[in-house]
Amino acid sequence: MSKLHVSTTVNGDTVEYLCDPRETLLDCLRDKLNLTGAKEGCGTGDCGACSVTVDGRLVCSCLMLGVEAEGKQIETVEGIADGDILHPLQKKMIEYAALQCGICTPGVLVAAKSLLEKNPNPTEEETRYWLAGNLCRCTGYDKIIRAVMDTAAEMREAS
Amino acid sequence: MALDDRKSDFTFVGTRPNRPDGLDKVTGRAKFGADISAPGMLHGAILRSPHAHARIVKIDTSKAEAHKDVKAVVTRADFSDKVEFKPGLSGEFWNVLENVMASDKALYDGHAVAAVAATSALAARDALKLIEVEYEVLPHVTDVDKAMAPDAPIIREGAADYSVPEGMHPNVVRYHESGHGDVDAGFAEADLVIEDSFATEATHQGYIEPHACMGSLGSDGKGELWCTTQGHWIAQKTCAALLGIETSQLRVTASEIGGGFGGKTTVFIEPVALALSRKANRPVKIVMSRSEVFRATGPTASASMDIKIGMKKDGTITAAQGIFRLQGGAFPGAPGDMTAMCAFAPYNLTNVRQVGYDVMSNRPKQAAYRAPGAPMGAFAVESVLDELCNQLGLDPVDVRLKNAAHEGTKASYGPTYERIGLVETLEAAKAHPHYSAPLKPGQGRGISCGFWFNHGGETSVSLALSEDGSAQVMVGTPDIGGSRASMALMAAEVLGIPYENIRVTVADTATLGYNDVSHGSRVTYASGLATIKAARHAVEQLCARAAASWGIPADAVKWENGCAVPSGPNAGDFDPRPLADITAHMGATGGPISGHFEATPEGAGVSFGTHIVDAEVDPETGKTSITRYTVIQDAGKAIHPTYVEGQYQGGAAQGIGWALNEEYIYGDDGRLQNSIFLDYRIPVASDLPMIDTVIVEVPNPGHPFGVRGVGETGIVPPLAAIANAVSNAAGVRMKQLPMSPPRILAALKDNG
Amino acid sequence: MVDVHLWSGLRSLTGGQQVVAVEAKTTGDLLRELVRAHPQLQAPIDAGVSIAIDGRVIATGLTEPIPEGSEVFLMQRLRGG
Repeated sequence: MSKLHVSTTVNGDTVEYLCDPRETLLDCLRDKLNLTGAKEGCGTGDCGACSVTVDGRLVCSCLMLGVEAEGKQIETVEGIADGDILHPLQKKMIEYAALQCGICTPGVLVAAKSLLEKNPNPTEEETRYWLAGNLCRCTGYDKIIRAVMDTAAEMREAS
Repeated sequence: MALDDRKSDFTFVGTRPNRPDGLDKVTGRAKFGADISAPGMLHGAILRSPHAHARIVKIDTSKAEAHKDVKAVVTRADFSDKVEFKPGLSGEFWNVLENVMASDKALYDGHAVAAVAATSALAARDALKLIEVEYEVLPHVTDVDKAMAPDAPIIREGAADYSVPEGMHPNVVRYHESGHGDVDAGFAEADLVIEDSFATEATHQGYIEPHACMGSLGSDGKGELWCTTQGHWIAQKTCAALLGIETSQLRVTASEIGGGFGGKTTVFIEPVALALSRKANRPVKIVMSRSEVFRATGPTASASMDIKIGMKKDGTITAAQGIFRLQGGAFPGAPGDMTAMCAFAPYNLTNVRQVGYDVMSNRPKQAAYRAPGAPMGAFAVESVLDELCNQLGLDPVDVRLKNAAHEGTKASYGPTYERIGLVETLEAAKAHPHYSAPLKPGQGRGISCGFWFNHGGETSVSLALSEDGSAQVMVGTPDIGGSRASMALMAAEVLGIPYENIRVTVADTATLGYNDVSHGSRVTYASGLATIKAARHAVEQLCARAAASWGIPADAVKWENGCAVPSGPNAGDFDPRPLADITAHMGATGGPISGHFEATPEGAGVSFGTHIVDAEVDPETGKTSITRYTVIQDAGKAIHPTYVEGQYQGGAAQGIGWALNEEYIYGDDGRLQNSIFLDYRIPVASDLPMIDTVIVEVPNPGHPFGVRGVGETGIVPPLAAIANAVSNAAGVRMKQLPMSPPRILAALKDNG
Repeated sequence: MVDVHLWSGLRSLTGGQQVVAVEAKTTGDLLRELVRAHPQLQAPIDAGVSIAIDGRVIATGLTEPIPEGSEVFLMQRLRGG
């Protein structure tokens, strides 16, 4: 099968790749652009480890084809920090020990950032339902929820 | 080690610094199993049996081999023929090989039968369709009780070991019986005897990272393997045996690991990648799909259990008996013995008898899952205890306190306990506000205790000091839950230098001596003990250098707050020499200063926990909500308390999944029906409440700082505690897990 | 002499005895002497055993000393997750 040329923007950089029409956006990010921060935990959109935003919308990159990224703005975990300055969510995740193995962390961060952009003052219930698409098997979510809510509080104070 | 020798005042231990790998993990930089590539790399894919039980008549790989994108195809013939079949677990290499690649029979749905390496992942997947396998389908069995019945299909003759009594079905491969006293006499003394049967389904460890590896093996017998694993030395040893190469010629590097919980203590795809690489003469990467993970890797055992317990009106247990039948897939290894030995371990019993069976069926080879075997037994035993308390009108914590094991108690599995912390966890439960909080209508509360042995295991640690006074520590136990932070804290405590000045690395198999797997809750205990001793070894040399510079004997110098100081007024009057002052000149004063420790620490110290759970059952839908959860567990000494809490919370969450939702569902055809996360539902954030924790610290006499492992015990009480809460809320005893909405509705209906 | 307590499932291999007295100063001696006294115990020992000395579980070590008068139990080899 011949490959298709895709031109897109990832974390603000213009990038191009050739992909098989069957390859997912996740495959393309990981295998063609070497952006291995997004993880494949299931390949069926159930675990959220591959979460990215496409034109500002939170999606599972394993459920989107690489060719569909043409002309879009993609944001991944690699783009969350501003140079050497970590995003408040990243700092709080470390501070709260909201990760044990860390495999779900990239997806949780992308999803939580997306939540706080839409709702700067989420309740615990809203936070839990927003992150219900991001499976974590290590933490029982307790410390993740606390980290996200504390980040929200801190960002509200700062703004 | 005498209790008095143990350190009890700490500078670094017990603090909560940020983990050293935090930045890498929040920026996407950390390299997990699938995050690797190499020049010339091929992609592997594995063909799996669609049948639960079938004779492999013929495999024709010629069409696949002829395809231009395919560079190698392997079947069982490409692995070592020197690995011997032996009964029970003594032939474990053979069992692993047979699981990695089927020989004469496919033994379960998903069993590997052939593999290809091709130029892309898509090409490899496509090429699998070109392999033709002729199967002769055989009768199958997936249920533990049916697998023991006289007419059950035989999975493999000759797999039973010495322990199995005569007359049992060949699928029963190991038997365990232990206990003490006279249970019949004990039951006769009881005011109330309850006898009941319980069942649990197989669950998967459910780590979010699928198995992934990249292997490279040349015709010179030298190889490299990168993989996500709980133990790269066991991967090295097993792959070498399965491929017929020398162990030391294979270097294995452990990637960052995306969860294991016992499921990554063995190999699945690693020997296949190496076999493909040897044939293609190029590196081969294999990454499992989620469906492959469910179908072909480690679920836990399913269980069928009969419990009988007698109690006096005052709550004294007079006798206890348990029969535990565990199904562990198509190979020996189901931990029926562990279930039996752990089930009654929290209690001081005069009369106890426990029997465990290890039974084979046409399911994937069970793998360890967090305190393997213990949660099922606790579910059955603690359910009967709860029912006894209900019927005799007794408080469940008081009854457990009355019967609790303590130092000097003869354990149900034989020996006399050393200092243990069960009573302390029960007292903390009784005093906790959760235990006295009022319940709303429709809610129920459940209590359960849990026990796990913990493990030591072979351990090597090496520590090297740098000229600038910083230290690097090489450990061999993959870091699953923040253990690098704990190791750095323990090294800082001994060396007296800041936590931040220590870098801990998980070394590969070529740069450190042998290490047992990160399992058995052993990492903070055993690698921690080894880190402390390696640091003390370096301190001895630091003291010797200072002594030499002062012209006094080495034993006249002691180490205090990161400095060498004279040990007393008679030793002389010298200014303290900080670590960095000594290391700055180490090259010229005797050479590099390093410390190391190699041993098999044998003092892991058993551990206990008590959980309190509130559950609410919706009688319309049968759905259960966990409204409040408290974990109380003895950690011995919490090195990094936040990560100890994390272990408690994670164990509870996994237990909630096991109790309420998770199960392997097989169709009549013997095929797994729910091999994706949509259908195999692990707890999500909106399913759970916050999980409160109480860290009890009853020091372990076998560790310099008092550490007991904490990783596994936390999953032992939840199944029972939740079942007790649900049963009390629903007004009907739940005897089968998971307590999914249809099961609860059926139980409510049967109860009228 | 050390009294070694076996788990009850092993009685069929020792002619009904659940406690076997052997001369042993280390865990290694103990296993060797058990087999000398009851050759059929070789099978469970090969399959994997641990030894508890005064409540401390020795998972694998063959060189652990057995102090005079200590309580000794043979146990099935422990496995972890």
